[in-house]
Amino acid sequence: MTDLLNAILVVVMILNLFALGTSRINSVIRLAAAQGALLAVVPLILHDRLPVPAVLAAGAAVGLKGIAIPAIMMRSLRSAQIKREVQPLVGFLPSIILGAAATAVALLLSTRMSLDISQAGTLIVPTSIATVLVGFIILTTRFKALSQAIGYLILENGIFVFGMLLVEAIPLVVEMGVLLDLFVGVFVICIITNHINEAFSSMDTRELASLKE
Amino acid sequence: MNGAVMIDTAIHLLLLLLFPPLLLGVINKTKAFFAGRTGAPLLQPYHDIVKLFRKDVVLSSSTTWIFRAGPVISLATMLLAGLLVPLGRFEAPISFAGDFILFAYLFALGRFFTTTAALDTGSAFEGMGASREVTFSFLSEPAFFFALLVLAKEAGSLDLNAMLHGPEGGVRASSLAPMVLVALGLFIVLLAETCRIPVDDPNTHLELTMVHEAMALDHSGPLFGTILYSSAVKLFILGSVLLHVVAPFGTGRPLIDWPLFCAELAALAAAIGVLESVMARLRMRRVPYLLTGALLCCGAGFTLLVR
Amino acid sequence: MISSFVLVGASAAALSGVPGLFLPRTSPLGQRIATLLMEVAALLGTIGAASVLAGSGGFAVELPWPAASGATLGIDALGAFFLVPIFLMGGLGSIYGLGYWPQGRNPRSARRLQLFWGLLTAGMALLVVARQAFSFLLGWETMALSAFFLITTEDDREECRTAGWIYLIATHIGTLLLFGFFALWRRTTGSFALQPVAAGTLGSGAMSLLFFLALVAFGLKAGIMPLHFWLPGAHANAPSHVSAMLSGVMLKMGIYGLLRFLSLVPDSPASWGGLILALGAVSGLFGVVFAIAQHDVKRLLAYHSVENIGIILMGLGLALLGRARGQSSLLVLGLAGALLHVWNHGLFKPLLFFGAGSVLRRTGTRQLDRLGGLAKLMPWTAALFLAGAVAICGLPPLNGFVSELLVYLGAARPLVDAASGAPAAVLAVPVLAMIGALAVACFVKVYGAVFLGSARSLLPPGRPGEQGESPASMIGPMLALAALCAFIGVAPSAIVPALEAAIASWSPAGAATSPGLLGLAPLREVGLASAALVALVAIIVAATRRLGRSGARVGTWDCGYARPTSRMQYTASSFGQPIAGMFAWVLRPRLHRPRVEGVFPGAATLESHVDDATLDRVIVPVSNLIARRFGWFRRFQQGLVQSYVLYILIAVIALLCTLVPFGDIWAAVFAR
Repeated sequence: MTDLLNAILVVVMILNLFALGTSRINSVIRLAAAQGALLAVVPLILHDRLPVPAVLAAGAAVGLKGIAIPAIMMRSLRSAQIKREVQPLVGFLPSIILGAAATAVALLLSTRMSLDISQAGTLIVPTSIATVLVGFIILTTRFKALSQAIGYLILENGIFVFGMLLVEAIPLVVEMGVLLDLFVGVFVICIITNHINEAFSSMDTRELASLKE
Repeated sequence: MNGAVMIDTAIHLLLLLLFPPLLLGVINKTKAFFAGRTGAPLLQPYHDIVKLFRKDVVLSSSTTWIFRAGPVISLATMLLAGLLVPLGRFEAPISFAGDFILFAYLFALGRFFTTTAALDTGSAFEGMGASREVTFSFLSEPAFFFALLVLAKEAGSLDLNAMLHGPEGGVRASSLAPMVLVALGLFIVLLAETCRIPVDDPNTHLELTMVHEAMALDHSGPLFGTILYSSAVKLFILGSVLLHVVAPFGTGRPLIDWPLFCAELAALAAAIGVLESVMARLRMRRVPYLLTGALLCCGAGFTLLVR
Repeated sequence: MISSFVLVGASAAALSGVPGLFLPRTSPLGQRIATLLMEVAALLGTIGAASVLAGSGGFAVELPWPAASGATLGIDALGAFFLVPIFLMGGLGSIYGLGYWPQGRNPRSARRLQLFWGLLTAGMALLVVARQAFSFLLGWETMALSAFFLITTEDDREECRTAGWIYLIATHIGTLLLFGFFALWRRTTGSFALQPVAAGTLGSGAMSLLFFLALVAFGLKAGIMPLHFWLPGAHANAPSHVSAMLSGVMLKMGIYGLLRFLSLVPDSPASWGGLILALGAVSGLFGVVFAIAQHDVKRLLAYHSVENIGIILMGLGLALLGRARGQSSLLVLGLAGALLHVWNHGLFKPLLFFGAGSVLRRTGTRQLDRLGGLAKLMPWTAALFLAGAVAICGLPPLNGFVSELLVYLGAARPLVDAASGAPAAVLAVPVLAMIGALAVACFVKVYGAVFLGSARSLLPPGRPGEQGESPASMIGPMLALAALCAFIGVAPSAIVPALEAAIASWSPAGAATSPGLLGLAPLREVGLASAALVALVAIIVAATRRLGRSGARVGTWDCGYARPTSRMQYTASSFGQPIAGMFAWVLRPRLHRPRVEGVFPGAATLESHVDDATLDRVIVPVSNLIARRFGWFRRFQQGLVQSYVLYILIAVIALLCTLVPFGDIWAAVFAR
């Protein structure tokens, strides 16, 4: 059980690095979707029993993170007619190195942190910290609004991983709340993306600075 | 209610309704005497009021029903206040604990409507008179209340009847100073409320110097008569209050006490007449100082008493 | 139970504006549905509250709210007492809004107004029935935010927006302090429930801190000087029925909060009473002084609310003094005066604001120096405004006199009852007298300037059919309020049971030992005297009716003026100038003089206005100073989303680093 979990978490960390490296927004969306769907299924694997709320939650998460949100983002992408990210603040290759460094630091420090955890042998804590940091890196260094939305998605995935640590099964209400939060966030970002595009004829969020008073 | 009380109440009502214009006559006669004239007869104010009630009313086109309500309400409030005040050594017809507040606020109600009626005419002088009237009242009200508080503390009771009749054994020697200060303050308040010199000149014809006269400029006929009459009643009531502090004597025999009271009141009116003859009216800007002086007098009296 | 009608009423009020959201903007149906629901809510709520006041037991409900460790709702006589004005004003204001802010004429803002009106009423009702910190705060915030949206209804006007922001800042400072208050409460009493604590449980340091927090937080909402700075702007710029609700009811929620807190600590020291009495005197006196100097009708009325809150506080201070010294008569008189004044102010202040709203609607201006002569155009509004003015000055025979009488009697109590102690409280009597005289001055000025005389500037022509009096939907609520004022003035003993029930629920020990309100205060006699006064006036009018056949109607004689014009009338500013001059040391009016040069100077203007002392002389300069000093901080705000996310990232990493034992790592690395 632990080995399967660790394997999945390693896959998640690798997906992070891929997301950092590619400039095609299409593929980044798909990577984030795959990561989300994968993580949604993990609680089902972890537990021996399969209570109905957990199945429902997993199904909703897969549907939302794996299908609905990517669909919205693809549609927004098509209407804005962009395909690639512009040169980010930190270049693509340096981004991967930065992400790998963040993963390494997370792996090293997670054992030293004074956390009272029941799943000490697993890679949950380092994965979550690494994913969160990678999400932040994408949010901070990319300029197109949709890329920032993806960074947000990856950030949420990282928090979800950490949540697996705390409770055996996350309560249905909390899970639904998180999913709703995510959905609304992405929905709003996509609408705003279109508005930014209309206003500035580009999705570069640096243009927004001209709105500062 | 036994017979004596009923007779006393009847006399009280009669005096309240019929005596006040005589006070105006006394004042005018005193002033005439000082001026070396014979002056109008003592009963002239009665003739004036009756004459006014027989005349027509001329109303300004910019006035509303409030213009007619002003004199009516001030008369009603004065009459009701008159029922609250004990005259001489006798009891007041209406008396309950806390009625001194009602007493003071009846004056305020009358003032509210007379000033509003003055503003109803839409003229500059009436507005001026009204403005001065409310300004003076904001200083004289607290002075009046301080005086009443001193009386309340002395008498140990909150109803006007007991307050004005004073404590059972008479005034203590230690309260003489506060009572003197209160008497002085009350006298100044009386002059301010009844618009006598040095606060206001009832005989002036210069609009810029009027206070009360200015407010009554446009009233005519019965309305003006009502105003004249209710100002006389106000003098009567406030004079009775002052008399309780200044001359709290009584023999206990109603046959002597009623005439004694009337004589005291006439003497007070004569004193006001004398004051009006020997003093000039203060400059309008000095009047607030005078009233603040009255406020401080009464306040000092209160402080001395409670110390 | 009947008292649970209150909850149904509150829910109906909360939902009253929702159907309108789904209907088209310009259709009046949404407003009518909202008004209907609000009336139903008002009826249910008033019946429920009245049943509690009449003696039937209140309900107590436990709501499941795990995150807040449960939420309790319960109603007692004190809460029911405050519920009555809430629901009454909610209903009446809604009817007034039909005429004043019809949906057809204000499509942009009417639906929002109805929605937040209902939410405001429901929030206030919730906060009054809350028995636990979180439900209280929920109600409080709902009320505060709904009020913000209501104040900024006309947000196309700059001054409206500014007033809204200042209000929001003030109310959120209050909410923050409330959070601190409840946290401290939980710390010292062990739970979030608002139940009375036994004497001695709270240490004196904790009690003082709690008192300070409660006083400032609730004082910001109630408008105690000097925390009143948001009041004039907010009440002047809100739509008139919103101002009526804010002034008449929302301010009382601050008073309610203070009362509730004080009822929970029965062993409060006497110094609290003295402090509140002093604050009340200051608020009362300076509130009315600032009111006299105003040129704007609604701002003036807002300052009068500060004055009346001062009177309520004076009563409350007396009650606290009485409770601390065990003098139940002082307690009963002071608290009865304060509570009755809560009701009274909630009746005559909305009446006055409704009148001001009618005037504003017809003339389009709030400036006193441009109005005049409206009594002939709008006779009903004028008469009802007069009733409100007489009531607010505390003159017999209306209700203001009764509540001021109670406070007077409480303050004068130490004179006759030597055991009462606190002789300094007697000074409240002359202060109240001065406040009353200044109020008379102010309202004679307002009434005269707005309704009497002749118009000082050209009236706008008005829509066809609206040349004169306001519609019945606006007159009706005013009439109802005036009738209630008259009722309480002439028959005050009718509401004595409600007052005694509320006093008993505030301080059961005090109420048990007192001889009852009717024994302490001559309410029956005052009612009879008021009735006698009215009868006397009627008799005189009837007797003199046939006297003086009216002669001609001529122009104002005024001692011989040939051709008076309306510009020659005394203006409101001139009327108030002697008093404003005497108080110039606190008002500090700003005068903009005209520049008159040369032999034939051009046109010039003279302008004077009075700033609000706290806002314009203290808060604004201090905040400008702080803004200048912290100007260098602006480089952190570049407008780039990425940099903001970077700040968050740095913060997260810093927080994570608190978990990392750097000391051990350092030692481990350098041990090898």
